[in-house]
Amino acid sequence: MIRVQHLSKTYGEFVAVSDVSFSADKGEIVGFLGPNGAGKTTTIRMLSTYMPPTSGTAEIAGFDIVTQSEAVRRSIGYLPENPPLYGEMRVVEYLQFVGTIKGVASKRLPEAVERVLEQCGLTDVRRKLCGHLSRGYRQRVGLAQAIIHNPSVVILDEPTSGLDPKQIIQIRQLIASLAEGRTVMLSTHILPEVTMVCSKVVIVNKGRTVLEEQLSALPAGRSLEEIFIECVSRSAADTGHVAV
Amino acid sequence: MRNCIAIARREILSFFVSPIAYFVITGFVVLSGYFFFNLIGFFNHMLLRSQAMPFLQQEGPSLNKWVVEGFYQTLVVVLVFLIPMLTMRTIAEEKRRGTFELLVTSPISVSDIVIGKYLGIAFVLFIMNTLVFGFPLLLVSLADVPVELAPIFTGYIGILLCSLAFASLSMAVSCFTENQIVAAVTGMVTLLLFYVIHSPAQTMEPGIAQSVLNYVSPVMQLRDPIRGVLTLQGGVYFASVIVVGIFLSQRALEMYRWR
Repeated sequence: MIRVQHLSKTYGEFVAVSDVSFSADKGEIVGFLGPNGAGKTTTIRMLSTYMPPTSGTAEIAGFDIVTQSEAVRRSIGYLPENPPLYGEMRVVEYLQFVGTIKGVASKRLPEAVERVLEQCGLTDVRRKLCGHLSRGYRQRVGLAQAIIHNPSVVILDEPTSGLDPKQIIQIRQLIASLAEGRTVMLSTHILPEVTMVCSKVVIVNKGRTVLEEQLSALPAGRSLEEIFIECVSRSAADTGHVAV
Repeated sequence: MRNCIAIARREILSFFVSPIAYFVITGFVVLSGYFFFNLIGFFNHMLLRSQAMPFLQQEGPSLNKWVVEGFYQTLVVVLVFLIPMLTMRTIAEEKRRGTFELLVTSPISVSDIVIGKYLGIAFVLFIMNTLVFGFPLLLVSLADVPVELAPIFTGYIGILLCSLAFASLSMAVSCFTENQIVAAVTGMVTLLLFYVIHSPAQTMEPGIAQSVLNYVSPVMQLRDPIRGVLTLQGGVYFASVIVVGIFLSQRALEMYRWR
């Protein structure tokens, strides 16, 4: 599960994230929405322990991201916006490498690799070089590396960007299947994706959370687009969450 | 340990899939061969002169002194320029591909990353040095003039240790930058300064400063191995430089983890 409390990140004078708070429980898929420059990727990078927050706390699977970062890294699967692939490695070799560095025991590694190859539809391209894969397959390999060590929390940064409609549907189905027994956080621009896949939505604007709500609790008469536009058109001077 | 080996294997694969390792190794072998060829030519010339003047009553030129030692000393200079080519991608390439984030957000320590990468570079250096070791070895079977075997082997070990030391310093420099060119140039400048660090000592008064400069100089420390003597002091020296380089690399990467 994910518990974020008043996370902030400033680079000197520039405030990238001023106050982000939200939480997500096991089995939930959280849609993390916001306009460009809202601080989504910075927040995600803090949660993945790539960079420390300037202030605030967050817990991933019960571990603090600052004081227990190694435990967080064991419990988290992360797919950045561009899948971190080594182009000269074959898909199988790459997944074996990532499995090793993510802490999968050597006895269980072959089985883990087979499991994610199957789960992400990569069995046909297992011997292909990562650099020779199409965009859709690269995303799938990226997803595979995020789940190979069976993490309890999975964070995906724009997992369907650049994909064609058919690939988008396949990836969304994959993401929906991941949620069993896990917490999934999905950062995206694509609002229909959130309505289709997610159970909860968090909207950030200008570095702060402006909405955190279960999708089922949103008013029936208003579309997510309307709510989103309303949230992000508020000025930075506004504090607190938007009432829906 | 397992993580180190995994990263080292990945580094080695990456070196031999890209052109870099092939060009650096080939360049090193070609240059070394050319220098060796010239040294042999010069030696033949010296030999003929000494044979033409028997009344001078001196021993003929020694193959070890004129060819083997000269060869190993020249190799060090070539390494100063080639080793940064191998280490310049340490961080720059990972950042370019986005895989740096993968490594830093995995449950592995910074030491695992640094030592794994260093082991990959060390493997390439081992191949490079072993290949050119063949040149002085040729003298053993082909020379008409007697040649001592021991200095050839000890010189090889000295040069290998020196390469490993240079690589660790050059890797430390490249861990501070994300730009390959900056990493390569700064690495070369650092190694060149390190190579000439003993020059002020030659004009100094004997004392602490002179001893320190002579101790830290790789050229001075290589004198013994090249002449046929392996000392514990030399081994400790090169091991210390390697440790310092790896330590600095770790500190540089820690910055990325906790910026």
